[in-house]
Amino acid sequence: MRDFYYLRANSIDAARQAAALPGAMLLAGGTTLIDLAKCGVTEPETVVDITYLKGLDGITVDDRGATIGALARMSSVADHAEVKSRFPAVSDALWQAASAQLRNMATIGGNLMQRTRCPYFRDPANFPACNKRTPGSGCSAIGGVTRGHAVLGTSEACIATYPGDLATALVAFDAVVHLGDRQVAVDDFFLLPGATPEREHAIAPGEMITAINIPASAAAKRSTYLKVRDRQSYEFAAASAAVGIEFEADGRTIRDLRVALGGVATRPWRARAVEEALKGKLLEADIVKQASLLAIEGAVAHGANHYKIELAPRVVARAILKMGETA
Amino acid sequence: MTSKTRIPIQLQINGHRHELKVEPRVTLLDALRDHLGLTGTKKGCDQGQCGACTVHIDGQRVLACLTLAAQAEGRAITSIEGLADGDGTLHAVQAAFLEQDAFQCGYCTPGQIMSAVACIREGHAGSDDEIREYMAGNLCRCGAYPHIVAAVRQAALEIASSMETAS
Repeated sequence: MRDFYYLRANSIDAARQAAALPGAMLLAGGTTLIDLAKCGVTEPETVVDITYLKGLDGITVDDRGATIGALARMSSVADHAEVKSRFPAVSDALWQAASAQLRNMATIGGNLMQRTRCPYFRDPANFPACNKRTPGSGCSAIGGVTRGHAVLGTSEACIATYPGDLATALVAFDAVVHLGDRQVAVDDFFLLPGATPEREHAIAPGEMITAINIPASAAAKRSTYLKVRDRQSYEFAAASAAVGIEFEADGRTIRDLRVALGGVATRPWRARAVEEALKGKLLEADIVKQASLLAIEGAVAHGANHYKIELAPRVVARAILKMGETA
Repeated sequence: MTSKTRIPIQLQINGHRHELKVEPRVTLLDALRDHLGLTGTKKGCDQGQCGACTVHIDGQRVLACLTLAAQAEGRAITSIEGLADGDGTLHAVQAAFLEQDAFQCGYCTPGQIMSAVACIREGHAGSDDEIREYMAGNLCRCGAYPHIVAAVRQAALEIASSMETAS
């Protein structure tokens, strides 16, 4: 790991000013930044430590929704009683992510900023070509070992999977990212790779995530996060689904439905086509399975990741039907 | 130019204060092992994947390999060396690991034990499944997992019963 200057920010403004300096990067939990610095992927000139800032780790939940400070740790949010009862998919997504140690370190703001686990991206010594790392250098993954790569939202420049679980749940429930005085919907915060895979977030130098807000809804209250992976724990998703459902008074007709996919796309992936197809319908297995196929509309496989095209709709259907069982 | 100015930091480790000067990039793991001679905390992957470097900061289990030493300033750090009583009496988790033969080569053991102490304190050792889930961040290349689960289960029961006795 190349050495860097270490600055400890004592106010949000100081942090933002320092972060705007060339080569400066914000440091919170460190689980992405220090890891990638060791891999040689990020080489910050200055590390701006924001973990000593006060008042950014609060979690408040009321009838309007949840507001979670950027420095709240994943474990604190996952275990928060009101988050569990009003946003179970958010808690589920968090406790199924990473390990207990990493969840105690990683912050909510940093979680949104985590980078892809694409092994080519993470290995600059052996794979110099990576458009995300070095724009215009090419993509080592296309034509390589692609079992974990994305099938949705890919481009000719990049097929790296967005690895996070939390943001998949957030995008399903219309969460909003607070960047100080500016707010961006989570759905707009994550960018498609297109021709510029090096740009992943709608955030400018000198901006900093201060909080996220999740609006309360009946669908969020009756929600789940289903994660399918190669091993039972401590693993990224092969495919995952955040699902929330609200029924009409009859308890069987779907009034509102939220569906988002993880582990299969280049960004958190809202599956609105599935939602629209099932609103007003009865929750029946055949109907749900058929509609869930819409989740992978437009999917493109690159060899070994083809299984995700079959897996993702099954995960979606299973999550929706699971929400029905608890009626 | 690869070297930046060394910075002075103070670390509170196992109840003792240490003053040292380190490059900003020095992790808590390297500070413990190379600067302070506390080699009980192990360097496995050094990439946040294996859990061998697990220590407690302010009572929470974290990975020392992904924590900058500078970030740990002003926080209470506990490493495996600080777990036993002053008179050498082992912590219940340490004793259970011995009794259940919960290791082979022993390299992952300090991290396993630090993680298990926190796992029990968090209330995540209620069943074997829960122990497996919440101990998943500690890998054991020897595959001593069944004995590790047994040790955590035993220690959790002992700690719970000793708390009942105390109250």
